Amino acid sequence: MNIFQTIGQSTLNSLAKLGRANLFFISILVNSSYLLKRPHLLIKQIYSLGVLTFWLICIAGLFVGMVLGLQGVYTLSTFGAESSLGIMVAASLVRELGPVVSALLFAGRAGSALTAEIGLMKATEQLSGMEMMAIDPLKYIIAPRFFAGFISLPLLATFFSAIGIIGGYLAGVELLNVDAGAYWSQMQSSIDFNDDIINGIIKSIIFAWLISWIALFEGYDAHPTSEGISRATTRTVVNSAFAILLFDFLLTALMFGAN
Amino acid sequence: MISIRNLTFSWGHRKIFDNISLDIMPHKITAIMGPSGTGKTTLLKLIGGQLKPDSGTIIVDQQNVHTLSRNKLFTLRKKMGMLFQSGALLTDMSVYDNIAFPLREHTQLPESMIRTLVLMKLNAVGLRGARELMPSELSGGMARRVAMARALALDPEMIMYDEPFTGQDPISLGVLVELIQTLKQTLHLTSIVVSHDVQETTQIADYIYLLSEGKIAGHGTPTELLNSNSLWVQQFMQAKADGPVPFHYPANDLTDDLLAKN
Repeated sequence: MNIFQTIGQSTLNSLAKLGRANLFFISILVNSSYLLKRPHLLIKQIYSLGVLTFWLICIAGLFVGMVLGLQGVYTLSTFGAESSLGIMVAASLVRELGPVVSALLFAGRAGSALTAEIGLMKATEQLSGMEMMAIDPLKYIIAPRFFAGFISLPLLATFFSAIGIIGGYLAGVELLNVDAGAYWSQMQSSIDFNDDIINGIIKSIIFAWLISWIALFEGYDAHPTSEGISRATTRTVVNSAFAILLFDFLLTALMFGAN
Repeated sequence: MISIRNLTFSWGHRKIFDNISLDIMPHKITAIMGPSGTGKTTLLKLIGGQLKPDSGTIIVDQQNVHTLSRNKLFTLRKKMGMLFQSGALLTDMSVYDNIAFPLREHTQLPESMIRTLVLMKLNAVGLRGARELMPSELSGGMARRVAMARALALDPEMIMYDEPFTGQDPISLGVLVELIQTLKQTLHLTSIVVSHDVQETTQIADYIYLLSEGKIAGHGTPTELLNSNSLWVQQFMQAKADGPVPFHYPANDLTDDLLAKN
């Protein structure tokens, strides 16, 4: 009987949490017009979420691209198709690795920071203090962070892919002597702007929505204790990673499944 | 100013308030006292509309706090200042910006006027010289004084102090006691002080409510309570270790416990 009670209780808790998360998201949307009056709040958050994650994304992009270049040459040379390295590197990056890896890094770096920051603000009564000053923290604190994440990640993913392509060039062309002309021209002729690049950007927009929503909600809903914040931060990283991978599969099936 | 009637509130299965009624008189200092965990801070959150009661009403300025729309509640909150135990200062802003924050959000005043107001509020709490400091550079007592200045920024009609004396050194304690009294006298603020520090609170309170186990265990002026016949009130007001509130947490007989096998 106890097992059934536990299952029932945890199902009810999960549903209640999902309901709170949805109401939270709707409140963010309702309060978003406030950012038009106070754009500096958004700019400040784009700096701390986007700009400060930029170098991490650049370095990760470069190494992922270089690994793709090395592995690509190794695999393609089996079929004598090294000249197609450009297509392989670019397609992998703009369709999959760019959006997914940058989203995972963003969740680890910016998402966890968001949860910890909001959770600490709750624990130190800063959010309550704002409410008592008749200032809605959803407007002033949450909405700018949500939209900053929403704007930053697609841009970071684009940089990730671009730098990854350069990394692939360095490894494939400069190191392993693949023909530079073939690398660029094959890429240019095969990568489609709408099918590949736009679809990749759509993926990263959806990942940005997921990470910002999960990170901010976990912080806002955290138990205001050290343990509560630590658990919420862990949940942000784990749930964001799961959500990214699940949605990546669904989106890939929708976007490229018919091809 | 504030009238609480038949208030009942629970956290989960634990009843915090069981049908209590009390009045907060305008322009006076009313203290809410009681042992830790009796829900004193919860009462302030209920008055501020941050929590909803299970039943009962809280009327502030002739408005029922818990039937107001969010916009009307926010308008009402502009008349309430609240000093949180931790100060609740925004950690990414300087002292100056913390106090200017509600003014910038709620008024269309030019920056020069805001500067004058902020400096006046800071001067009132003696921290005009600390305006460039960040909250992390302030001592606990200073943080509470800055929070007090911020709570006064919008010239509220009432102010709620949540445990203002807890963890303060004697000098800060003296400053805070004096400030609370001065603010009441000069601004005619309706003040609610939540505290368990008997000595400091009885110095400044006009009326005291003692809470215990969800009920009002006693109320009256400080003198009335100090001379009360109730054993519980006597134990609390004179800080006796044993009395109606036993020293020992309920347990089995000591001999039985010591002789029992593990």
